[in-house]
Amino acid sequence: MNVAATAPQGFLSPTGVEIAFVLVGLVTLGAAVVTVTTRQLVHAALWLVVALGGLAVEYLLLTAEFIAWVQVLIYVGSIVVLLLFGLMLTRAPIGRSPDADSGNRPVAVAVALAAAAALVWVVVDAFRTQWIDLDQPQGTTDVTGSILFRHWVLPFEALSVLLLAALVGAIVLSRRNATRGTGSPDAGSPDAGSPDAGSRGTGPRGTGSRGADDKEQR
Amino acid sequence: MNDALDVALRLLVVFVVFLALPLVIGQTEHKVMAHMQGRLGPMYAGGFHGWAQLVADGVKFAQKEDIVPADADRRVFQLAPAVALLPYLLVLLAIPIGPGEGAVGEVVDAGIFFVLAVMGVSVLGSLMAGWASANKFSLLGGLRTAAQLLAYELPMLLAAASVAMAAGTVSLPGIVHAFEWWWLPWQIVGALVFFVAGLAELQRPPFDMPVADSEIIFGAYTEYTGLRFALFLLAEYAGIVVLCGLTTVLFLGGWHGPWGADGLGWVWTLLKTAVLAFVVIWLRVSYPRLREDQLQKLAWTLLVPLALAQIALTGIVKVAIN
Repeated sequence: MNVAATAPQGFLSPTGVEIAFVLVGLVTLGAAVVTVTTRQLVHAALWLVVALGGLAVEYLLLTAEFIAWVQVLIYVGSIVVLLLFGLMLTRAPIGRSPDADSGNRPVAVAVALAAAAALVWVVVDAFRTQWIDLDQPQGTTDVTGSILFRHWVLPFEALSVLLLAALVGAIVLSRRNATRGTGSPDAGSPDAGSPDAGSRGTGPRGTGSRGADDKEQR
Repeated sequence: MNDALDVALRLLVVFVVFLALPLVIGQTEHKVMAHMQGRLGPMYAGGFHGWAQLVADGVKFAQKEDIVPADADRRVFQLAPAVALLPYLLVLLAIPIGPGEGAVGEVVDAGIFFVLAVMGVSVLGSLMAGWASANKFSLLGGLRTAAQLLAYELPMLLAAASVAMAAGTVSLPGIVHAFEWWWLPWQIVGALVFFVAGLAELQRPPFDMPVADSEIIFGAYTEYTGLRFALFLLAEYAGIVVLCGLTTVLFLGGWHGPWGADGLGWVWTLLKTAVLAFVVIWLRVSYPRLREDQLQKLAWTLLVPLALAQIALTGIVKVAIN
């Protein structure tokens, strides 16, 4: 990356963007901590939305617009929805679930601290004195695309293979369950067997009965 | 100062549009459905064809008591309508209705991604409502919403990617600028996939099993009353505006028209959006509701392959004309 200028800059006279960056970072960190410490399962998933959204705002502040929207699209729009779907499908009690704690808390804290320390150390070591000039956008779709597909093609393709392997693995796992004959193999449609077959085919239902009219009858 | 005034004015205009157009579509829906079904509908409020029925409905909603069920998760329950509604306001900011700087709330560099990402967030509102209501019908509605989102998001994204490939940009004004009339037959499959997937995202009939009133009593919104319920309804109509506007911008050439493209471009955009909104209403009175598994089957075995085929076609033509 040759975008970083080495102009003399200091920590003592922060610009507005830098202050916003730190504040959003604190919010993100707080939301992340609440995510792992709250005792309400669904609240944890919703705090995760705040944390991931905060991360997207950080990307925006660094003018990496494309990455920011992809972050929202993939993580907030899909991953969290998948999480919530899984929670609702299994158990999502309202209120605290004290039995959700396993005994792994010390180990988890140790792993988290070690990972955080390693990441912070690597980033600080790599970009110690470099500053990005934020006056002109650095992370537009154009720039991201050409850097990704000119300089980083090999890692990109390797990641694709990794995802493909995961996909194949998922299919293999679900097929094994199906041949064993336990449960419905149709995991994607939770109410495939819902007893609404009788009410089907009775002409145009739901026509004119939704919306305000519907509320009237209650 | 001038810049701040400009931004404030744009935000104000978008906000007014955001409040006005969904209501217009709501009123149109009442009237179109009444005529298509050979009935009159509300005819008395306000005099001519019951035009003030919408106002009466609004007053009714505002008067109702705001109830939160005793077992519900209070804060999430109360927050859900806002989460469902606000993303559409943000999306409306990025949709260009005419050429030039003045006809779009805010030019977003990665417009398509912004729009699709933020639209996806509004589904979280339904999920929150479904879970927080402490009602099994609501939970079922939330489950169906989530399953539906996971099914339609992929074909929608793929169809949008096809247009982005054709135009060579992901900015919404850029795409309309690059539009030529022969894109219409070229991208027609993508347009249909996008529109159908968008209908599923909005939970409009025939894809309204998350709210299916005759099975699960309005799903995630069962426990809502008064203004909060009205906000969910408003979110649905705002979603229609956004979906039709997006389909217009991405696939139907936005402000391009047979004549009067300079100066009258915004009329074309609004006209195309209105026709699409009419189609959305038309589909509601024409088709019975699909089952949830039928939607999954439609999405994974028809829409996704069609979208992929459209991307391949786009790539081939793009290489051929270069």
